[in-house]
Amino acid sequence: MNDDVPHAASLGRVSAHRPRALWDGARWRAAARTAFPFLVVGGIWETLAHMAIFPRRLFPPLEEVASSLASLTAAGIMPHHAVETVARLLAGFVLAAVLGVVIGIAMGRSRRAEDIFLPLVSIGAPIPGLAYAPLFLLWFGLGDVSAVLLVAFVSAFPIIVNSWTGVKAVKDIWIRSAQAMGADERRLFRLVILPGALPYVLTGLRLGLAQAWRILVAVEMLAAVPWGLGWLIFGAREFMNTDVMLAGIAVIGGVGLILENLVFKRIEEYTVVRWGMMTS
Amino acid sequence: MNASAGRSRSWRRAALTLLVAGALYEALARSGYFAAALLPTVTAVGQTLWAMLIDGTMLRHAAYTLYRVMFGLGLAIAVGLPLGILMGRVPAAEQFFMPLVSVLMPIPSLAWVPVFILWFGIGNVTTILIVFYAATFPMLLNAWSGVRSVNPLWMRAAGAMGANGRSLFWKVIIPGASPFIVTGFRQAFLRSWIAVVGAEMIAASAWGLGWVIFDAKEFLNTDIMLASLAVIGCIGFAFERIVFGSLERATVLRWGMVRAAKG
Repeated sequence: MNDDVPHAASLGRVSAHRPRALWDGARWRAAARTAFPFLVVGGIWETLAHMAIFPRRLFPPLEEVASSLASLTAAGIMPHHAVETVARLLAGFVLAAVLGVVIGIAMGRSRRAEDIFLPLVSIGAPIPGLAYAPLFLLWFGLGDVSAVLLVAFVSAFPIIVNSWTGVKAVKDIWIRSAQAMGADERRLFRLVILPGALPYVLTGLRLGLAQAWRILVAVEMLAAVPWGLGWLIFGAREFMNTDVMLAGIAVIGGVGLILENLVFKRIEEYTVVRWGMMTS
Repeated sequence: MNASAGRSRSWRRAALTLLVAGALYEALARSGYFAAALLPTVTAVGQTLWAMLIDGTMLRHAAYTLYRVMFGLGLAIAVGLPLGILMGRVPAAEQFFMPLVSVLMPIPSLAWVPVFILWFGIGNVTTILIVFYAATFPMLLNAWSGVRSVNPLWMRAAGAMGANGRSLFWKVIIPGASPFIVTGFRQAFLRSWIAVVGAEMIAASAWGLGWVIFDAKEFLNTDIMLASLAVIGCIGFAFERIVFGSLERATVLRWGMVRAAKG
């Protein structure tokens, strides 16, 4: 499970190297336009930090944040935190994806399953996931089990709801024409309903992953796990290491960006876009 | 007739599910297999909830939480809505803010809690700012895509009928973007409702529904935790259905921008 991290990183490297031949003037201008707002915000931050209006411990200049990020990465501490967090995320998310897709599709296919699960889902979904956290901590103890189960529980809701909607949104005419062409129940499900529902299921998975990521960072602060990015920034607060906290936030944002842009865009390109169900 | 029979069967089954789930929980709680402190009976939770409602503590917790949500959500709407519309209308603004938004958005709002605690201390300011951070992005992105999704044909038609910039904005662009903007309100509220609970747990003050759950954990008061959980769920559900549902009916449904969901 852990080897997904270097995998995601290598995806980023490939896509950064590929367009080298295309680096003409227009591309440079686009890159400069993207960099400009960061330069402005970074400049304001630097000015404020060096003017020493706020104590330096609380508002460190960017070079301090960068150097603590570099030293933490070189010492292997930051990668360890990141790998543990991503492992927890994947464990929880895979659990949620399997359960959520199965329950959601069952709800879409069978009236009985819908009547049974829908009330439970519509009561459980509007409660913020973190509100369950203390309950899970009491029931399953501090540590990994609570964190993973909570992530799975919380991210299952959008997956269930979207899979359910997806199965219901499959066009009637596709089902009827497949039946007219003699598809039995099994082939109908595998060749019509499943691909037809896939855009919704993928949206659900994406929403679920984003939800899981948001919850996990907070759960790591509460669940007292020994390693993890949430724990890193929460622990750094005790020693007022604002530079470490900001470095941790930067890594959290980076991992989030990789998850959303590299992992899910690829899956969509390979499935629904290639089948012509969605335009990229 | 057939449809109504099906619907009443659905209601019966839904009620049956909830009853069975409740009975299963009650049986588990009463079996003595788990400690009563960890798995209180439904009646115990109900009694606690009633007692807390009567002596006003639950109302005060809810009032504090709602105050923080409303303040943060108000700030988020005040910033996110104009900025999103500006980004939709002015390409220079889009080019400046979009990269910043796409970098800041994947950072969970709760990751900022420890930093904000250092900067602003424990209490209302930190919680409100976390709510603000969580709610701004859905508001901004929805306003932005709403303005961009306004049918250019409508704008040209209004322009041909002699609408000036101002009435084009108020009479065409804003109503045209309204379904997205209402969705933005709704998503921003849900995000802030999630964020406030987490922020209250970590940046604990003395009141608030998130805080009371976390505080009850320290004393193993599982009944208080479950009672607060029920209140949190009810308030979230009420806002989602009643406030945003009626907002939708009063604006976008009345203007015929979207149809009511079927079934």
